Amino acid sequence: MIDLDFTGKTVLVTGGERGIGQRICFDFALNGANVIINYPIDSEFENADETEKKIKADGGSAISVKADVRSVKEVDEMVLQGVQRFGKIDILVNNAGVTKDNLLIKMNTEDWQYVIDVNLTGTFNCTKRIVKEMMKNRFGRIINISSVMGLSGNVGQANYAASKAGIIAFTKSVAKEFGSRNITANVIAPGYIESSMTNTLPDDIKKAYLDKVTIKRFGEAKDISNVALFLASSLANYITGQVIVVDGGLIL
Amino acid sequence: MMELEILEKVRPIIADKLGIEQEQVKMESNFINDLGADSLGLVDITMALEEEFGMEIPDEEASKLTTVGTMIDYIKQNYKG
Repeated sequence: MIDLDFTGKTVLVTGGERGIGQRICFDFALNGANVIINYPIDSEFENADETEKKIKADGGSAISVKADVRSVKEVDEMVLQGVQRFGKIDILVNNAGVTKDNLLIKMNTEDWQYVIDVNLTGTFNCTKRIVKEMMKNRFGRIINISSVMGLSGNVGQANYAASKAGIIAFTKSVAKEFGSRNITANVIAPGYIESSMTNTLPDDIKKAYLDKVTIKRFGEAKDISNVALFLASSLANYITGQVIVVDGGLIL
Repeated sequence: MMELEILEKVRPIIADKLGIEQEQVKMESNFINDLGADSLGLVDITMALEEEFGMEIPDEEASKLTTVGTMIDYIKQNYKG
């Protein structure tokens, strides 16, 4: 019997209203967890609301909460709301992420700062706030979504790659600081995953990407949520500070 | 609040956070040397006491509160009921 039962556990997923984050929300809910779906701005409300409704229709429990992860105040309010509803937060998935690609020569400071702020500072803000709740309960599972680009670097993605590499070292530090409190922190580094980000790629670029992937297909959001569930489950109790690359063999 | 009254309240909290017996928590106990706290344990205790007494203990103050007695003194002087 494999134990992937999250009944009585609460998970907060940043950027949970679509893409990989949404799949993670669905899969935790299907396995019994209460889900806090974070979304960043009003224009994403409908996606979040649909995610929440679908979870409820399938018999799960969820709330969606708007908070820009760059804002300490909004993150605090989101956490208070989540704790008020579900009593605690056991699992945090820092998934919210953005890109602003450009060659370094053309990349302006705003594009750099924006990506660092959302991807890295957002992860810091949410982790710092929620680890407090986890310390009280002597239990926590933190899963940070990085990227293979944080390991390999990528043309046109100096900002994104740096933010995702930052997440890795950040996670290892968190793992070391809180290991004695039964709080683990791990990283998932996805490769090319089918999403709104990859769907907009021109066909020739898509083909060029696929040529590099050992398993000749793009990953699915499900490939990532599978690992998130594993890392949050009791199966992974002795795993902390690790980077799990889920890229179909892109960087070998 | 009187010192003893505060001690009765902080004892179970400190004992719980450090996984020790309440009797070990004395006025003169040094958190790190006598009670085995690590730096995160100190933060943990401070946060719990802030919640219990509804007060903020700034980091620069907290770092000076190395014994149960000094912690209780601080709470006594700054608690607003």
